[in-house]
Formats: sequence, C-alpha cells, structure tokens
Amino acid sequence: MALISMQDVSFTYAYSEAPALSNVSLTLEEGLLYGVIGVNASGKTTLCSLMRGLIPLFHPGTLTGKVEIRGRNLLEWDPAELSRAIGCVFENPFTQISGIKDTVFEEIAFGLENIGVPRDEMIERVLEVVERLGLEALIKKNPNELSGGQRQKVAFAAIVAMDADFIVIDEPTSQLDPEASDAVFEIIGDLRKRGKSIVLVEHKIDLMAQHADRIIVMKDGRVIGEGPTAEIVTSALMDEADVPRPEVTELALALQGAGKAFPSLPITRAEAFAALSSRLGR
Amino acid sequence: MAITFTNVSFAYPSGWRAVDDVSFTVRPGERLAIVGQNGAGKTTTVKLMNGLLKPTSGTVTVDGVTTAERTTASIAATVGYVFQNPDDQIFASTVRDELEYMPRYRKWDDAKRDERVARAARLGGIERYFDSNPNDLPLVIRKFVAIAAVLVGECKYIVLDEPTAGLDRPGQRRLVGLIDQLESEGVSVVTITHDMRFVAQTFTRVIAMANRHIIADGDCASLFASDELLRQASIRRPELAQLVRDLGLSDRAYRLDEIAALIPDNR
Repeated sequence: MALISMQDVSFTYAYSEAPALSNVSLTLEEGLLYGVIGVNASGKTTLCSLMRGLIPLFHPGTLTGKVEIRGRNLLEWDPAELSRAIGCVFENPFTQISGIKDTVFEEIAFGLENIGVPRDEMIERVLEVVERLGLEALIKKNPNELSGGQRQKVAFAAIVAMDADFIVIDEPTSQLDPEASDAVFEIIGDLRKRGKSIVLVEHKIDLMAQHADRIIVMKDGRVIGEGPTAEIVTSALMDEADVPRPEVTELALALQGAGKAFPSLPITRAEAFAALSSRLGR
Repeated sequence: MAITFTNVSFAYPSGWRAVDDVSFTVRPGERLAIVGQNGAGKTTTVKLMNGLLKPTSGTVTVDGVTTAERTTASIAATVGYVFQNPDDQIFASTVRDELEYMPRYRKWDDAKRDERVARAARLGGIERYFDSNPNDLPLVIRKFVAIAAVLVGECKYIVLDEPTAGLDRPGQRRLVGLIDQLESEGVSVVTITHDMRFVAQTFTRVIAMANRHIIADGDCASLFASDELLRQASIRRPELAQLVRDLGLSDRAYRLDEIAALIPDNR
C-alpha cells in the first residue's frame, strides 16, 4: 500500500482565484526521503499542507481529485489520529512555537503531553532530542526570547520528539547557520535510516542531492517531474523549474563545455572528488 | 564618511552580553557580508549601526556623529535596516501605505514620494502587490516589501538581515540585482547571511563573527582558506572551494570559473 496517493488533485484557497495545486498525480512509497523543489509559490507548501490534512481541514478552499493516505481517503481520517500519524515542521518557526510554554523544555514536550505520553518517558524523549540537536543551553529559556534560528531548532526538536512514522518538513534550515543545517540534515538522514518516511521542502540543493532518495519538481502548482535524485537534478527540469543544480553538477557542466567532461555528471562532492582524483592520477 | 565601530560592546538589560569589543569600518559604496553562527552577535551588531541599539561601551559613529547623540529616527534616514523577520517591520494594511509611510513622515512632496516609491517597488519586484494587504502575501514577498520600504528612503547605508533565508533562485537574482544597483549608486550594503554560495558569488569583503567577537575581516579567499576560522564561526566552505582543497589543487580558489580552470584535461 502506498504511503500517499494523489489522483488528479487540484486545490484553490478560499480567498484566491488561481489554483495553488493543479492536476497533481503522485504516489509516494513508505520509507523513502522525498525532496520537493521549486520556486516560491510553486505549490510546495500547499502540497505539504495537503499531505498533512491541514488542507482541507484547516485551510478552507476547493479540493478536487482523490487523496489517500495509507489507503484511506484523507477526508475519512480523524484529524487527531492524522496528527499523530504525521509529524509536521512548518516553514515559519514563529508560527509553530506554541507561545504558551515558559521554557524550551516544556515547548518540546508540549506535543507529547497532548497525546498523553507518560511523564518519565516524556522527559527521556525530550532530553534525547535536546542532546542530539545540541540544545542543552536553551532548555530553561523562554521560547519567545529565542532568535529565529534557535526557534527553528526548537520547532524541529518538538517534532522529532513526537517520533511519527511519516514526517513532513517544510524548509527546516532556512534560518540556520551551516553547522546547525548539517545537524538537522544528519538527524533527517538518521530518521530515514530508521525507516521513517519523509517529505522535505528545502532550497539547499547540495544537501538535498546528498540525502533525498527521490525528487519532486514543482512549477505553477503542477508536478512537472518526479524521479530518482541523480536523474532529476542533472536534467533540464531544473532549468524549467528555475531551481539551481548542485554546485558540483554546475562545475561538471561547465567542464563539459570546455572539453573536460566527467564520465557521468556528479551530484555530490564525494562523487566529484572520486572522479577527479582518478583523473589526477591519485 | 563611514560607519565606524570603536571597541563596541553591548549587553541586553538581562545582562546578556551579545557583542564584545568590536571594531570595524563600513566605507561608502562598499558591500560587506557578515557571517557566523546563530547567536554570534551579528544581528546585535547591525542594530547598533542604525541606533536601534546604543553601545553599552565604546562608540559607533555614522558619518562622524556618534549614534549615542542622535535619535534612532534621525539615524534611520542615513542607515536603513531591513529586519530578518518582515513581520517585525511591516505594520501598514496595504503595501502602498507601507512604502509611503516614510515619505509622509518626512513630508516629502507628492512628486518625490511617487518617484521614490515607484523606484523602490520596481527594485523589489512588488509593483503588482501595491493594493494587497501584506499579511495576505507569502513570506518571501513580504521580505521584498520590507526591503522596498527601506529603499524608499535615501539611505547611504542599507543593512539586510538574512535576506536570503528561504529565498528561491528568482528571488536571489532579484536581490543580487538590487545590491548591484545600490552599489552603482554609491550606497553601502551590509548583509547578514548564512548562505556561503551567495557570499562567494556576491561579496568580496566578509566579516566573520563568533562568540560575540569579530574573528576575521577580509576577502572571501582568506576566510575560506582557514580551517580554524571556519570552525570557530561554524561556517562551511562553498562546495567547490572544499572540492579543490580536498583535491590539493588550491586553498584559496572558490569561484566556479577559477576552479574550472584548475581542473586538468581528461587523459
């Protein structure tokens, strides 16, 4: 059974005339990391909201077509059950932080508290994720006093602590420094290895090329491509969608033009290193 | 004429010292990137430039006058500051009102107001959103509304706090075009960013901050050449700079064209 299946799905927000999603058909399998790329307003966040049931339950509008999550129609899911089944990290951490908790520790525990996790287990799970994200220095602070980047880490921690099997993550690193971005991607890679299914919206294409199994390319509310990462990020779809290629792929394309082509187009630094090392006779 | 920091420290009322003994100069017409880990003191530093914050010790001067002696409103006419989170900045109920606020406050005549507002909207690529409520617009468009609202003024220095966060390629092209335009008009642009690909492509001078201090102030090549500085500032080399370093081809190359030239032909 597919994790998610969408057949000819369109959605128009209640306050808008143009559809945010048009005729989207997609099948997502369990246990893979799907990267979603596209320019702003191409429909990435709307797609996430739909997978998470926020559309049409929270955002009103006109939904047509058929959406199934684990074989059950989206509209037949109980919202509370759906929110336990799917974790979700919003793009804007200022939206996600509850604003009603006095400390970062309580904020991270908030979701677990809501679903009735026993106290000792809750504390254990919060402390585990705090350690993995290096948030020890923040746990006694008030979430409202954190910087943008710190809030983003706390919002991410709160979702990792929930331990859902399927996690939708919308631009988790937009305000993070590179070290923190790498830490977030390491945890996402870890979740993937533990068999979680992940849908990740992210502009940092180099990190995406390294971690995603498959890529979904969006433009003007449509899915214009879906396939294995290496195939997609080296294709002309990237130009069509106006998204950058990995830097090493750009280099390889430039070298191709200069008569110094790679045997095949690399998408990660490790691949480029291996190809060039042998060329340099090392 | 410059913005000059001399041994500047700043502590928030809670006692948290965010910036410690920082000295540097922003010269007219130059572009400068400030990089470093979250919490290093970058945002506090730029808020000291336009008087949103005043130093606890040391002095900040803007074109020769210390910020401590001026009101924030008067400094804002010279140093424009675009907030990291546009929602901290935008308050009007239409984009037009947001952009016209400053001209009205300064009592500019209608012709000057209209000309400056139209120019700022064009640079920010937001003309078609004039009558929209900013709250109905996506975050990235709101960011350009916040930038345009500052461009309306005739600031000699413009500070952008994390303008690339969440920006797509068309947005980044627009941002770079806007920085190029400001540079050609002799306006200094100071940008906080975590995006090293953007830094490598757009800036030559870069200041790295770590743990409340400036740890490096120089060209990109020198920063990218130092493992120690990068580690302290929690930043990464651009991918290609790391690649040629790993291959032993160069410690300082970071631009695509110079790197492509370093790669030998196929044997």
